[in-house]
Amino acid sequence: MALDPQALARVAHLARLHLDPTDSAALTDRLNSILDMVNQLQDANVGDVAPMAHPMDVAQTLRADVVTEGDIRAIVQPLAPATEDGCYLVPRVIE
Amino acid sequence: MHRKTLTELQAGLARGDYSARELAEHFIKRIQSLDPELNSFISITAEQALAQADAADAARARGEAGPLNGLPIAHKDIFCTRGVRTSCGSRMLDNFNAPYDATVVEKLQAGGAVVLGKTNMDEFAMGSSNETSYYGPVKNPWDLTRVPGGSSGGSAAAVAARLVPAATGTDTGGSIRQPAALTGITGLKPTYGRVSRWGMIAFASSLDQAGPMATSAADCALLLSAMAGHDPRDSTCVDRPVDNYSADLDKPLTGLRIGLPKEFFPATLDGRIADSTHAALRELEKQGATLVDISLPSVDLSVPAYYVIAPAEASSNLSRFDGVRYGYRCNDPQDLEDMFKRSRSEGFGAEVKRRILVGTYALSHGYYDAYYLKAQKVRRLISDDFVRAFEQVDVIMGPTSPELAFGLGAKSDDPVTMYMADVFTIAVNLAGLPALSMPAGVIDGLPVGVQVIGNYFREGQILNVAHRFQQATDWHQQQPAFGGDA
Repeated sequence: MALDPQALARVAHLARLHLDPTDSAALTDRLNSILDMVNQLQDANVGDVAPMAHPMDVAQTLRADVVTEGDIRAIVQPLAPATEDGCYLVPRVIE
Repeated sequence: MHRKTLTELQAGLARGDYSARELAEHFIKRIQSLDPELNSFISITAEQALAQADAADAARARGEAGPLNGLPIAHKDIFCTRGVRTSCGSRMLDNFNAPYDATVVEKLQAGGAVVLGKTNMDEFAMGSSNETSYYGPVKNPWDLTRVPGGSSGGSAAAVAARLVPAATGTDTGGSIRQPAALTGITGLKPTYGRVSRWGMIAFASSLDQAGPMATSAADCALLLSAMAGHDPRDSTCVDRPVDNYSADLDKPLTGLRIGLPKEFFPATLDGRIADSTHAALRELEKQGATLVDISLPSVDLSVPAYYVIAPAEASSNLSRFDGVRYGYRCNDPQDLEDMFKRSRSEGFGAEVKRRILVGTYALSHGYYDAYYLKAQKVRRLISDDFVRAFEQVDVIMGPTSPELAFGLGAKSDDPVTMYMADVFTIAVNLAGLPALSMPAGVIDGLPVGVQVIGNYFREGQILNVAHRFQQATDWHQQQPAFGGDA
């Protein structure tokens, strides 16, 4: 399993990253060196061991279904690159 | 004053030898005069620090001094601090003034700590050398041509150079312990879930954990007691009473069983590092500990498993950075997709992008079972190895890092070689165990660190081992010539 520039382009799109085409070959090489190292996993004899998603085998705790945060728009919206009338501005999506 | 430990400063403040304001002014002056060479701080918060120091002095005068009252610290720039830039070492968040305080920040402030600034770090905590920061590399105060380790390299360098007596760090694969080892300080990664991750910018959520970095185990105990504890805002933060980590520091080590995994002493290990580690073990034997040879057969697969799991989680966590609600946005986007793609490509550095791509690939259709699921199964094998080992021994020890601090730029072009810097620390994160690194030697003017791994929630025990070692040796008191007595 190795990446080629076409596969890299597909993965970059999934990750919403713009790649400079002139870097593509060098980046492919570096990613493949990482994947080569990671491929040692393929030789591991894992049998039917259960996958471990998390160090603590505990159930998620549930909290009471009540509102804990009020209106914080005035605090968080000034952090945005562009806003208007309380809305976030992005490039036009519908022509 | 900067030669003193946090514990000594605590006593000095209580006696009235100096005020919190005098302490803060002293350390701020050191940071301002010395840090331009080290680059260990991204932001210096002098004004807020002096206000906090005055509040601490006033609290003491009223008889209301908390356990950390007036003690100067710094936060890794991964912790949200209200109204102060929280960059995570990235261009993406260069303009981000956090709207709230992380739980760790809140808790330390409630204890009376005075925050001098935010320390430099590898971008989004991805690195082992502190060279991936948007704000430039941090230099190791022991040798300015070498790296301090990473990703908490700013915190490590600042503490080692005595620009601040202690700092917070985070550890996803070794990011507290490896820089602690490379700079000659003590750093502790707690059990996963012991410290709240709320307000700590996420890299790999099932691995990330915050901890203290200081010049002694006693200082780490003092800080951890304030940092740890349940937080309803982090559902992975365990609801269980917090130990008084300072209480058992002096407990004799008689009968302590120390496991030595053969996998942590490979034939290729730098002989000088092996010698320092064995010398430390002999000292602990002298104090009544016994050494037990053990094996952790699956830990050799830690690095490959980690470099699937951590990038997979990172690719998901970092998808929130889209240039819409906060953070960097590119100029003149053509359309929404162009805005997402260019904001992310211009906002993230090379290593972060590599890990996002590896993670996205590992999670993508057709590869999920081969990479992600396989890595999670290997993670279970590694974790089971530790569970079995802790049936035989109380703590597990070995070198923290396979090498001494390396030269700036020495590994920048080779990610896989860089990843091997964490070969002895990563398994601990996969299992979720607590571990610390303590100084145990100086070779050719560079510090060596030894790692002590404990069973789940036995932070008190590994701090006890490190403290007893530090009572009998002076490696933790060795300081770089840098900074002198300015």
